[in-house]
Amino acid sequence: MSKSKPIYLDYASTTPVDERVAEKMLEYMTFNNNFGNAASRSHSFGWQADEAVELARSHVANLVNCDPREIVWTSGATEADNLAIKGIANFYKTKGKHIITSKIEHKAVLDPCRQLERHGFDVTYLEPNEGGVITPDAVKDAIREDTILVSIMHINNELGTINDIASIGELTRDNGIFFHVDAAQSTGKVNIDLLTLKVDLMSFSAHKTYGPKGVGALFVRRKPRVRIEAQIHGGGHERGMRSGTLATHQIVGMGEAFRLAKEEMKSDSEKVTEFHEYFLEEVKKIDEIYINGDIQNKVPNILNVSFNFIEGESLIMGLKDIAVSSGSACTSASLEPSYVLRALGRKDELAHSSIRFSFGRFTTEDDVRNTLNLLSNVVERLRELSPLWEMHLDGIDLDTVEWQAH
Amino acid sequence: MAYSKKVVDKFENTLKNPEKFNVGRFDPKDGDVGTGMVGAPACGDVMKLQIKCKQEGNQHIIEDVKFKTYGCGSAIASSAELVEMLIGKTLDEAKEIKNKDLAEVLELPPIKIHCSVLAEDSIKQAIEDYESKQ
Repeated sequence: MSKSKPIYLDYASTTPVDERVAEKMLEYMTFNNNFGNAASRSHSFGWQADEAVELARSHVANLVNCDPREIVWTSGATEADNLAIKGIANFYKTKGKHIITSKIEHKAVLDPCRQLERHGFDVTYLEPNEGGVITPDAVKDAIREDTILVSIMHINNELGTINDIASIGELTRDNGIFFHVDAAQSTGKVNIDLLTLKVDLMSFSAHKTYGPKGVGALFVRRKPRVRIEAQIHGGGHERGMRSGTLATHQIVGMGEAFRLAKEEMKSDSEKVTEFHEYFLEEVKKIDEIYINGDIQNKVPNILNVSFNFIEGESLIMGLKDIAVSSGSACTSASLEPSYVLRALGRKDELAHSSIRFSFGRFTTEDDVRNTLNLLSNVVERLRELSPLWEMHLDGIDLDTVEWQAH
Repeated sequence: MAYSKKVVDKFENTLKNPEKFNVGRFDPKDGDVGTGMVGAPACGDVMKLQIKCKQEGNQHIIEDVKFKTYGCGSAIASSAELVEMLIGKTLDEAKEIKNKDLAEVLELPPIKIHCSVLAEDSIKQAIEDYESKQ
């Protein structure tokens, strides 16, 4: 182990597996434990695995208030998104070929939509409002005769903003359109009640909620019935919707993580709310910062801040003992700044200078305090190095400068 | 980001000790100062490089250099490295410095080569500015 572990404030990327979850998972791997194939109907090894899988399924269903039979295991939220979007599009393509989604979706939604466009579907990408929210009105205005699917995320992964999926669901249901929601960031953070929400498909991820990576689930509503075309064939597991031997230990991990999420949502959320308030109050003392996303309409575990006149990657390098993410182009392979921040209408330079802090179950008050101390120090030093900051102090309006882009 | 130790060290040292690594400004109006500024905030990097020269015979020698850079870690490291290369050189020698030299010294990853290009452009512009004043 290294001398001092960096402070982890990147829970929106992934969370550590809760020790209690890891313990449960270990019970489903080795010869001395339960290693059976849940599809083996002829012996107790299979029966036990099946029992564990079904218990996990009920834990997941219980957290989001649906029938366990509506939960389909997948390899993660990306697969769940793919299965929902392509599955609906391919099953109902004779009904219509129009899909509505938004510019701030995760790539796991955007890329399947792009793929469908190549196959003759027509996709509308809604703009968020300046607070980073997709309004029900925007959805309403985009609905056409031939719209078959609306796919809008619940909580945005970069901003933490919350979309009103209850109202959007009313709209889609009234218009006979299927509604898919990517809820990878929601579980254990906000309450989800699929009994009342008019959502037809919902994607979940285990590793954003203290479960293991490599497992997720798709909720597929039974009443009114939603049908999807399978994307992976072979063996007919998961009622034909997703073939492949079930990864018992992964599924058990997700089940246990979601069971704990239900139990601990209140205490997790209270703690994170306190950190969020403290962090916000302190970070606002730094000059020229911008909070990205509507502060009144977001989850407290994600806070996205732009530090004007500083480039995000250099800030991350300066904060080397702190693990955070940036919307800066330099931290991505594409050299493009965050498409989510650009969709908000933020200037490119503010997208380049953004940092996402995300808190979680194992964040401590010391983590937050130490981060804030280091942050104000590094911001000051980097601004000392920044010609833009110098110009700003000289009273030069940077928008009037003729830059030599290269 | 897979940066070489050289980039990381250069960046960290510059951040820790900006004066020692020539962070700062000269008065751009001075006759013996040449200023170059390249890049754009929207692209994520802006480099400002200033050279202060003295004449010896018919040679102009770079006596001192100051810079400020807005950009990623490798842009800052590239500027700081360039500045060290420049001090004591004649303008003719300085014109010979190419982005490849910087990229090699810092072992820049391919995706960051543009940082060294920007640095080369900034010195060219600073020299042009200085020469236009003579």
